[in-house]
Amino acid sequence: MGRKLDPTRKEKRGPGRKARKQRGAEVELARFLPPEAEAGRKKLSSHARRRAAKRRLGVAGRTAPGGGRRPAVKEQGDPEKEGRPVKTVGQALQRQSGFNDDNAKWLIPAKGKKSLSKKTSVELSSSGEVEEDSWEMEEEEEDGSSEELMDDYGALSSEEEELLPIEKAALKQKADNGDLSEDDSEEDEVAEETSRQKTGQEEKEDADLQLNLEIDEEFKLPTDEQIEKETAEPPDLHVIHQRIKSNMEVLQNFGVKREEGRTRQEYLALLRRDMAAYYSYSDFLLKMLMDIFPLPELINFLEANEVPRPVTIRTNTLKTRRRDLAQALINRGVNLDPLGKWSKTGLVIYDSSVPIGATPEYLAGHYMLQGASSLLPVMALAPQENERILDMCCAPGGKTSYIAQLMKNTGMILANDSNAERLRSVVGNLHRLGVTNAVVSNCDGRQFPKVLGGFDRVLLDAPCSGTGVISKDPAIKTNKDEKDILRCAHLQKELLLSAIDSVNATSETGGYIVYCTCSITVEENEWVVDYALKKRNVRLVATGLDFGKEGFTRFKDRRFHPSLKSTRRFYPHTHNMDGFFIAKLKKFSNAIPKTQKDEEPAAAEATNPSADPETVTEPQAKKKKLEGSKIAQEQKKPQPALKNRHSLQGQRRPLKAVRPSPHKSHAPVPNRKKHRVKQNGQ
Amino acid sequence: RGGGRKTRGHWGNTEDGSDVVFPCSIGENIQLLVDRPDGTYCFRLHRDRVYYVSEKLLKGAASIPRDSLVALGTCFGKFTKTQKFRLSVTALDFLAPYAKYKVWVKPGSEQSFLYGNHVLKSGLGRITENTAQYQGVVVYSMADVPLGFGVAAKSTQDCRKVDPMAIVVFHQADVGEYVRNEDTLT
Repeated sequence: MGRKLDPTRKEKRGPGRKARKQRGAEVELARFLPPEAEAGRKKLSSHARRRAAKRRLGVAGRTAPGGGRRPAVKEQGDPEKEGRPVKTVGQALQRQSGFNDDNAKWLIPAKGKKSLSKKTSVELSSSGEVEEDSWEMEEEEEDGSSEELMDDYGALSSEEEELLPIEKAALKQKADNGDLSEDDSEEDEVAEETSRQKTGQEEKEDADLQLNLEIDEEFKLPTDEQIEKETAEPPDLHVIHQRIKSNMEVLQNFGVKREEGRTRQEYLALLRRDMAAYYSYSDFLLKMLMDIFPLPELINFLEANEVPRPVTIRTNTLKTRRRDLAQALINRGVNLDPLGKWSKTGLVIYDSSVPIGATPEYLAGHYMLQGASSLLPVMALAPQENERILDMCCAPGGKTSYIAQLMKNTGMILANDSNAERLRSVVGNLHRLGVTNAVVSNCDGRQFPKVLGGFDRVLLDAPCSGTGVISKDPAIKTNKDEKDILRCAHLQKELLLSAIDSVNATSETGGYIVYCTCSITVEENEWVVDYALKKRNVRLVATGLDFGKEGFTRFKDRRFHPSLKSTRRFYPHTHNMDGFFIAKLKKFSNAIPKTQKDEEPAAAEATNPSADPETVTEPQAKKKKLEGSKIAQEQKKPQPALKNRHSLQGQRRPLKAVRPSPHKSHAPVPNRKKHRVKQNGQ
Repeated sequence: RGGGRKTRGHWGNTEDGSDVVFPCSIGENIQLLVDRPDGTYCFRLHRDRVYYVSEKLLKGAASIPRDSLVALGTCFGKFTKTQKFRLSVTALDFLAPYAKYKVWVKPGSEQSFLYGNHVLKSGLGRITENTAQYQGVVVYSMADVPLGFGVAAKSTQDCRKVDPMAIVVFHQADVGEYVRNEDTLT
């Protein structure tokens, strides 16, 4: 709506006009509203204004407002009224007593907060308005005013002071509940805060509602007797949960909330124990998770692992389109939605009246049941038509079929997996989805490139500990320990080196390797990629995924190459998909760099075969299976002299990271620089 | 036979097999399967299974050791111990467009066929004219989605005369097997 043209006030037009902004509604309205009486006073609510008006008018004005408010008074006070500060009541009293001495009769000084709060809760502001800011003094005043009055209905105002029996009962119940909730929160181990102290704190704080009273309590660590008692009894999950929350509160604000004489370690140890008990994790896994996540995020992560991720499907564009499929499924009674902006083929299933794995569309190969995070590595790989692609660990075939559909059944895909039983599902899926350009093989991934090499792109979805998919398999919480993680890391390093060697760096369209795992541990992700960066002529490139957390460039005592920032991590609690790690590498030279020379005597070097593939093939000759790997053989093979070498041969063994780390913290940086310079020369 | 057909088994044997099978359902159209616009395809025998692959794919997979090779392109079927050829449902996508004799099944008995049952007269929607008895057919749903293979139990004329509970199509292979018999597909 335009403003009326006021010819008396013409706006100046010209180059300077735009600099002058419109003055706004207040200016316009000021023409209609009367000016404020006192400029210094803050804006008053309607009730306050009425009161102010009364004050101005004096006693005479009291007659009018008294009657109208009486029916409103009967309304029950609501809980918000209880949080009244004491101070303002005191002020009210003073002001009242100053105002009119007759008030002494009816004006009861504040005995305790409860009685006062009860009194205040009775009186509602007139016309049912609930104003948290309206202080008690209004009510007192109104009481005083109504004392002298008879209302229209002949009832005396003094009766209003007495609560109706039901109002009294309600107030009493409220008070009792308040006490009870305070009692519940006080447990043996948690501190003995008195309710008075708590309400005192409440009063001091803002009028914001503090529903969770436990926040204010002091958290005391349990004594040894309490711990013994607890271990003897079956664990009380509620108690543990409360303790976890309180412990987190303390740790968030440690300087302030800590108990004297207790270290942070003790709090952390208790928290770890409690979380292990509550969420059923092994202590090792929890320790590892605490290193990866900050504390509040850790809780989110643990909670997210208790809940399954949503079911997602991927449209098979070789046979249908996403909207046709969505239409067909909706007609069958499935509730679904597109997966997100980042995917053109994904659909998320909310609920379904028919089994999603058995619809005629599924049988016709129109879609594949696949986790959302499994779409990401193939999107990062970006296979082009008429390329040769290797999928090293392809079972059950979801990613392979996605690659095939992106390539439109051109070129060649070699789908390999070392587990013959799982390969059956690969074959089944590939046939069902109508993939014709795939060759399925059953080799150990480390045999590449001997079996076949010169691929344009390689996808390595390495076998891992599975810490990102705990929601699918809760057994992982307890059955993974350090040995498992290191064994997986070892295997992954070997596979990644083989994958890199299988790629042809001089391919026109390709030369990329995508390494991904469904794990969130640093040992299996960043460490493996960093190892590959040192061992081969590869570099990290952007994955092309614009969401997800960046990978770590440093972790505890390890330092990784700064380009690790281009890798991506996905978590169940932030992205609502399975935990995943994706790294995209580009091979820039087919030559394999020799291992680093350093101050070790030449004899040790001579005995050590320098080219990595040879050392890689040695263990392969002995090893047939990936599972049940014979780590003992692995450990014996590299010469003991290697222990002291900076070279990353030492990393291949599943040693504790602690031992070689003092070396490594210095070694990687100079080594890498050397590596860069001496690509082909050495 | 055209150029470049490579097989490791007896090509003659396979040819006999396909003489039995392919003429049943698609007849002379087999040539269309082999000489495709995007390159020559061929059949390769590997461990008693017949695979349909393009030549490019065959070349690419040549160096994989025999024991490690599991599957190649699309499996069309397998030879049983007595050297009879059994067509597998995985060939459906390729044979369906060339099928000469088709049978359409009503929606109600779609599910029954997908469970492996034969098609009764009551479930028969349409059938191509001039279907002989014991002729190989491709079974479709009313929405023209191929469901599987079968053998006509009655000729078209007989189908009209027979009572609703009689079998008209013997079940041979259906897409439900992807879920039911996942293991046997390899």
